[in-house]
Amino acid sequence: MIFKNADVVFEDGVRRADLLVEGGKIAKILGAGEGGGPFIDCTGLTVFPGFIDMHVHLREPGFEYKETIETGSMSAVKGGFTQICCMPNTKPVIDNKVVARYVVMRGKEAGLAKIHPIGAITEGQRGETLSAIGGMKAAGVVALSEDGKTVANTKLMANAMLYASDFSLKCLCHCEDASLVDGGVVHEGYYSTLTGLKGSVRAAEDIVIAREICLAESLGLPVHICHVSTYSGVQLIREAKARGVAVTAETCPHYFTLTDEAIKDFDPNAKVNPPLREERDRLAVAEGLKDGTIDCIVTDHAPHHEDDKNVEFAYAAFGISGLETSFALSYTELVKKNVLTICGLAEKMSAAPARILGLEGGRIAEGMPADLTIADLGEKWTVDPAKFVSKGKNTPFGGREVYGRVKMTVVDGEIKYREEL
Amino acid sequence: MKHDLLGLYPLSGEEIDEILTLGLGMKALLKRGGSLSDLKGRSVFTLFFENSTRTRCSFELAAKKLGATVVNLGVSTSSVQKGETLVDTGKTLDAMRCDVIVIRHPAGGAPKLLADTVRAHVVNAGDGMTEHPTQALLDMLTMREHLGTIAGKKVAILGDIRHSRVAKSNLYGLTKLGAEVSLFAPRTLMPAGMDALGARICSSREEAVEGADVVMGLRIQLERQKAGNFPSLGEYARYYGVDSRILSYAKQGALVMHPGPVNRGVELTSAVIDGAQSRIEDQVLSGVAVRMAVLKLITREDGYDL
Repeated sequence: MIFKNADVVFEDGVRRADLLVEGGKIAKILGAGEGGGPFIDCTGLTVFPGFIDMHVHLREPGFEYKETIETGSMSAVKGGFTQICCMPNTKPVIDNKVVARYVVMRGKEAGLAKIHPIGAITEGQRGETLSAIGGMKAAGVVALSEDGKTVANTKLMANAMLYASDFSLKCLCHCEDASLVDGGVVHEGYYSTLTGLKGSVRAAEDIVIAREICLAESLGLPVHICHVSTYSGVQLIREAKARGVAVTAETCPHYFTLTDEAIKDFDPNAKVNPPLREERDRLAVAEGLKDGTIDCIVTDHAPHHEDDKNVEFAYAAFGISGLETSFALSYTELVKKNVLTICGLAEKMSAAPARILGLEGGRIAEGMPADLTIADLGEKWTVDPAKFVSKGKNTPFGGREVYGRVKMTVVDGEIKYREEL
Repeated sequence: MKHDLLGLYPLSGEEIDEILTLGLGMKALLKRGGSLSDLKGRSVFTLFFENSTRTRCSFELAAKKLGATVVNLGVSTSSVQKGETLVDTGKTLDAMRCDVIVIRHPAGGAPKLLADTVRAHVVNAGDGMTEHPTQALLDMLTMREHLGTIAGKKVAILGDIRHSRVAKSNLYGLTKLGAEVSLFAPRTLMPAGMDALGARICSSREEAVEGADVVMGLRIQLERQKAGNFPSLGEYARYYGVDSRILSYAKQGALVMHPGPVNRGVELTSAVIDGAQSRIEDQVLSGVAVRMAVLKLITREDGYDL
């Protein structure tokens, strides 16, 4: 199969080419119009290396009413993701090889995007003893994370990083000092005061970012910081990188798109953890992406049932259903606003996550898996949560006009999603 | 459009003024022992998710003085204990064709969620740290009665601003009517952004009270001390309370107010509470009057479908 006349996003630029796909691999990169045989006409379309989301919640096992591995996979390929990594806050928690294998198996049964489980750092995410890290690695986990929590005991966190390194696994750190958050549900500032909703200060996030950096530096090990939302957190990471600490970081589209103004009318769909912050933070997150401080874009796809959100704001679940809006929001907010180039976006959404987790793929080159995301960059569309294939319709972006539409998603050479006309 | 009273933030100065003007008339009526029949045949449900006998009784009396049928729902007697959501509770009350729901709730924004769901009018009787509009209206009614006007007056509010829906509703209402609001609180209990919302933030009691026409203390909850916001009630009284010396910085004859119930000797000393300037007891009748005005105004465009 040949993907013909495509504007292909290579690491060093966008060039028109024909991609010959054989045996699930990119067999040959040909000049535009050079390939013969069966083809898919990609004229006017842009072909990205398949997007990789290293931070999603698939809710299975345990919370299938919110999402299943199958519906999450459908959502992923619709959003252009060819590989996704799912967090361990399931029921039971992914803290042993049995649950990890179950997730891998269900991912294969769904047969759409490649599903990689992330294992919990501690048993039951209770922060007491290390989970079965070696066994989980053998079962296919690609990283460790306490997801949604910080391992409060610093000694235990240091041990986790050391032990995980024996199995070539990184810890992905959700940074939140629980005593300082103290039940806060939004960013502490003008809008928390206006709404009377309990606020949480930047320092609650920053303190733990700083701690993880200190541990990584002291132990000489890598660490990855999840969903950075504060300007001060971006600066901590920037300074650490400058002195050679092996720290990597991610952020989500909502942190460079929205501010805490979104919660002013108590919209539970804008309730997310860490919270949406101020304009200064939003700009700093975008700047962090631009200068390389923040390595990659993830969704933190957190699907919820309507019943989990249609309650008092303080009682509503945290999280945004993000897989189907991530690319368009990133393209609209970053590329169209000259924060990133197209190649820069591919780096953040494909190459960097692959590199951080050691996954195959993430770039378009001969011999690489034929994981491709084919998009129409010129297409303008309006976000309509009712059209999400994810079970989670919880998004603060409903009604928003965005650019960039995923037309087709190819995984190992097979078309897993094709937009219906 | 359905009329609700969710807070003073969304109201205009004119709308607030209209409530106060009617409220003054209601207060005069109450003092004469009178009552009205504007809400005859209507039902008013009080739905309290927090205990507040004072506010609930005030609403109940106000509704009854207007001739309404009042049904009181407490958390312990409602299906909330059985896990029913607020939205479902609202639908049930709607199905009973209730006309007004008066809601008190620990979560900010709950009255809005209810109002977005139900056909009935919703009156916020205090939500979380968000708003307590009828408390601020009764405070303003009391001020207007004793000071003649609110525009140009200086109001000092001292105490736990962070957790106070009363302080916020007063700030919104008073500034919309042209008063200046000065705030003083321990730094631990002063939230971000009060200045952007229109308040003057002061760094001492004296600065806040200096030249004030009204000095208002806010109730301090003991749990705030336990949460580490200040060392002890004694220290709070010593450094943040209002005594006769602090009150002397205010204008001659300035009004002393408090939303109640008062912790004697903590927010205010007994000499201040029981002194000639205190309007704390008078605030109570203002409460019934202003709630009558609110109930009458929000239902005035309703047609009867008997």
